[in-house]
Amino acid sequence: MKGNFKKPVQFMLVLVIAFSMLLAACSSDNNKPTPSNNGGTNNGGETKAPQEFRFTIGSEPPSLDPALMTDAQSGIVASGLYEGLTRLNTKGEPENAIAKEIKASEDGKTYTITLREDAKWSNGDPVTAHDFEYAWKRSLNPETGSEYAYMLFYIENAEKFNSGEGTADEVGVKATGDYTLEVQLNSPAPYFPSLLAHYTYLPVHEGTVDGKPEWAAEANTIVSNGPFVLKQWVHADKLLLEKNPDYYNKDAINFDKVTISIVEDESTVFQLFETNKIDWIGAQAGSVPPDLTKKMIDEGRAEVTSVASVYYYLFNNNKVPFNNAKVRKAFSMSIDRQSLIDNVAQANQQPAYGLVPPSIAGPDGKMFREVYPDTGYFQENADEAKKLFEEGMAELGLTAFPEVTLLYNTSEGHKKLAEAVVDMWRKSLGVEVKLANQEWGTFLESRKAGQFDIARSGWGADINHPINFTFDLIHPKSGNNDGKYNNPKVEKLLDDSLVASSSEESMKMMAEAEKVAVSEDMGVLPTFYYTTVTMLKDGFEGVISDYSGHLDWVHGSKK
Amino acid sequence: MSNTNQSNTSDKLRPEQFEKLKRDNVIKDGAGRKSLTAWQDIRLRLMSNKLAMTGFWIIVFIAVAAIFIPLLSPHDHFTNNLTNTNQPPNATHWFGTDDLGRDVMERTWKGAQISLFVGLVAALIDLILGIIYGGIMGYYGGKVDEVMNRFAEILYSIPYLLVVILLLVVMEPSLTTIIIAMSITGWINMAWIVRGQIMQLKNQEYALASKSLGAGAMRIIFRHLIPNAMGPILVTLTLTVPNAIFTEAFLSFLGLGVQSPVASWGTMIDDGVKAMSIFPWRLLFPALFLSLTIFAFNVFGDGLRDAFDPKLKK
Amino acid sequence: MLRFILGKFVFMVFSLFLLVTATFLLMNAIPGSPLQSEKAPNETVQKNLEAYYGLDKPLYVQYGKYMANLLQGDLGISMKKKFQSVDKMIANSFGPSLRLGLSAIVTSVIVGCILGMIAAMHHRKILDNVAMIIAVIGMAIPSIVLAPLLQYYFAFKWGFFEVAGLNAPLDYVLPTIALASGPIAFIARLLRSTMIEVLNADFIKTAKSKGLSGYVIVARHALRNSMLPVVTYLGYLTAGIITGSVVIEKIFAIPGIGKYFVQSIIDRDYPLIMGITIFYAVILMVTRFLADIAYVLIDPRMRASGGKGAK
Repeated sequence: MKGNFKKPVQFMLVLVIAFSMLLAACSSDNNKPTPSNNGGTNNGGETKAPQEFRFTIGSEPPSLDPALMTDAQSGIVASGLYEGLTRLNTKGEPENAIAKEIKASEDGKTYTITLREDAKWSNGDPVTAHDFEYAWKRSLNPETGSEYAYMLFYIENAEKFNSGEGTADEVGVKATGDYTLEVQLNSPAPYFPSLLAHYTYLPVHEGTVDGKPEWAAEANTIVSNGPFVLKQWVHADKLLLEKNPDYYNKDAINFDKVTISIVEDESTVFQLFETNKIDWIGAQAGSVPPDLTKKMIDEGRAEVTSVASVYYYLFNNNKVPFNNAKVRKAFSMSIDRQSLIDNVAQANQQPAYGLVPPSIAGPDGKMFREVYPDTGYFQENADEAKKLFEEGMAELGLTAFPEVTLLYNTSEGHKKLAEAVVDMWRKSLGVEVKLANQEWGTFLESRKAGQFDIARSGWGADINHPINFTFDLIHPKSGNNDGKYNNPKVEKLLDDSLVASSSEESMKMMAEAEKVAVSEDMGVLPTFYYTTVTMLKDGFEGVISDYSGHLDWVHGSKK
Repeated sequence: MSNTNQSNTSDKLRPEQFEKLKRDNVIKDGAGRKSLTAWQDIRLRLMSNKLAMTGFWIIVFIAVAAIFIPLLSPHDHFTNNLTNTNQPPNATHWFGTDDLGRDVMERTWKGAQISLFVGLVAALIDLILGIIYGGIMGYYGGKVDEVMNRFAEILYSIPYLLVVILLLVVMEPSLTTIIIAMSITGWINMAWIVRGQIMQLKNQEYALASKSLGAGAMRIIFRHLIPNAMGPILVTLTLTVPNAIFTEAFLSFLGLGVQSPVASWGTMIDDGVKAMSIFPWRLLFPALFLSLTIFAFNVFGDGLRDAFDPKLKK
Repeated sequence: MLRFILGKFVFMVFSLFLLVTATFLLMNAIPGSPLQSEKAPNETVQKNLEAYYGLDKPLYVQYGKYMANLLQGDLGISMKKKFQSVDKMIANSFGPSLRLGLSAIVTSVIVGCILGMIAAMHHRKILDNVAMIIAVIGMAIPSIVLAPLLQYYFAFKWGFFEVAGLNAPLDYVLPTIALASGPIAFIARLLRSTMIEVLNADFIKTAKSKGLSGYVIVARHALRNSMLPVVTYLGYLTAGIITGSVVIEKIFAIPGIGKYFVQSIIDRDYPLIMGITIFYAVILMVTRFLADIAYVLIDPRMRASGGKGAK
């Protein structure tokens, strides 16, 4: 019987071979030279072996147009492509980039910025103050559809123009010469130089951009001014960057080539790292699989860096039972944050008893949390919590705990934390909190509409300043205060902080407001300050996670 | 056909009939010479198929385990034990513990309940809708068939994944949602199977006879035609169950599965895959039992098909 | 025949229209919008954005505009991947999915047919069981387990293949196996059962009695007559497989169209959702249409009725 099968098997084999050759032919046009592995670096004699850096991002950058970028991935790519007036250094402090000098007026509302004259666009045109004026006004123009336009609302009349009531001419930014830019602010903002490093403040090349909204969707139409140029953009697959030979400070740039692949799956990213296909994981450019982080940290292969983000739960302050401060406190105090971190989150996060993360800068060159530590805001104490809980229930006139649900957006990590937190409440307060997850879009809508009892939340910084975590999260008029926490005292403190006489005074008021909101009211439930776990191949230097937890690779080098 | 090789002479049909007679004799001996009804015949044929019976017993085993192990286990599926996470299988936790220190064995069998429930309910809904729709299509034929068939085709051309995801986004993710999402297009296949069967059967003498005696359409469909079409229907059914279990697992992979702390095999696998290199037991057990279940339903379904189809009888 | 094809075509266009309309409505009914983000955008900005994408208009206006553009073959521009046109996104990502899909289809037909033939020819013998067990095991391991396992062992641990990507012919091997394991089992079983039936048919018996060997019989008579259900199944399979697999593409980091499917919905990227739905439906309809025609061509009995061949 077997003998009879020889022929069809042979025939099939031929088919398979023929087919694989066909496939090979099909894919050969796609066969770009894959990133050459480190073969060339050890050629003893050559000192200038080309340096390549490779990493992954989880999704295709939604846009590389500075006016339209909103996400970390775009930001990470853009930091190599464009150069703003300032750039944040490794400590998160702004340093002059295209700007040569930044002068603030006495009242802190007028900035005069002198630009360097040797910066060029990738098409050879000089980078001038007009490019900045054009770029900012373009972002503010309602017809551009810029999501992050509000980042520019610190500038006089910017919001008016964006809302369609004012004109572009009224906006407080003007190029008074080819290399001088004058900016009028609404109110003094000592952190303005930091803001200038944000991607919304990047320049664009007018001739390239004007009337061509699709200019930044393909590699060959992008005109940029940064240390790198975009050589190739295979959508949904990879981006290839090369060193810009015309960059004004090209000696400070060491990488000749940067390959950014788009890989979503964490395990795949990790395996790519281990098989030497990429050089970096972490800080929004891939992440170490949660189950492996502990092992990697213990083996000393991964580093933990704190990130300017806080993980917290929102209480619905308008709804029974969380309209009662004692119940809120009981829920917060019965969470063992350290245990949550050690056993669930597992990336050496720092327990949060406040809202402003430790990597945010504070007054006098110190960190905010050094000057205003949050450790005394409240104590974790299960017995005390139980007592408060019963008092709170009595105040509400409740005999049985109502049905309460914790809402989180669909994700493995959030799920685990939620399960662990709910279990802690079950054990110490004897309450059963249900879990519900919603997919991102739905989740945001529910949260915004206040359709939750407890909701997971996370908040990251746009600029290195505590205002990000106070004004945005606990001010009653903030669009992000979804738990509707409202204390007039906090409101007044925060409003006053905006017009405070000095930066120190302003931060002090913010710290006071934060303390009231957490210590007295527990308007939200802080759990921990994020960290990012990063892994870097041996031999690389200067590739870091910046203060906000985004990969900063631009000034990296390879030994 | 297996004997084609033994001789190339024209008497090769004989051994075949020989075997058949032999087996019938055995059966008749056991049954005390009673003539067999069709169902008995099918049962006997099924029971003589070892692979199919293996499948059957696996299904029974898994169903029994899913019911009783969670009842008997000293652990529960939701209590965390953060000091005892990721323990390999040991005397207290036979399948080890997961990343929140929960007993994997308990969760595996709780998950079995969910997965089997999803599979069975989805299959049942497919069956009911499919029989009604397909029965009507097949029996009436003509214009009715045309219109109903077109409708089914349109429904079937909607990208399935799109429907499921849209639904899961609109409704809260839950068991009910998953089952509804699976049933929206799931029944169509069954309807077509039933339709094909009914079309073949409706002109058989007994159906015509019943019709000429004045029986109504519904009576003919459900009393005469469906029972006779039961073979392919049952086979499709046994194959629907594993499909539904698969779909649930796939939805869990997309994060659209059941709500925690309830686990299904799908959510456990999704979770376990990520930890597979260092805590393999978290993947091994749910994946193993899921695969076993799928395997069992498939071989059982195959055996059932063989048993129903007298043409395949040797 | 021409009438048959024409009728099918008109029906396809009509169902496509229904589908587009239904998707449009359903998509707009789901909560969330393409414009929201975790950081509540300023109200002014929000309004500008809505106006920019025409989302401030009543639904019927949006629908009318979309249909008008669609008639001109314009699928619009993605709302999330800024200023990438939807048709380009689909065209770019379809390539890898198509290549991988074809590879999986050919593999599953070949392997499936071999297994099915072996099983049928040795019906109720050990080889039958072995072939079927192999097939069913392939079917019983879900791709969400199989794909990571293949990747972990064959690529990561043992280094036979690349972990991710589709840059060289060898890169196709693992995703193809992961993608084909289910269809292989299905085809093998389908072929087995039809072939067993066919092998019992009179004309085969006649052939046998003429003294033809098993292989000749299978090749010359049985295979052709057993292929009908496989061809029908292929019609369905092809559409499913060449439009990409979310799971496989995610795990092997393949820039295919499958991942847009889920992502577009999660992002509420309306134009992309519509574009992908239309594209998918067209592929599905065309492949089924071709399968129908193939069916008619293979089986002359169907030519007259032209109906569905549901067995």
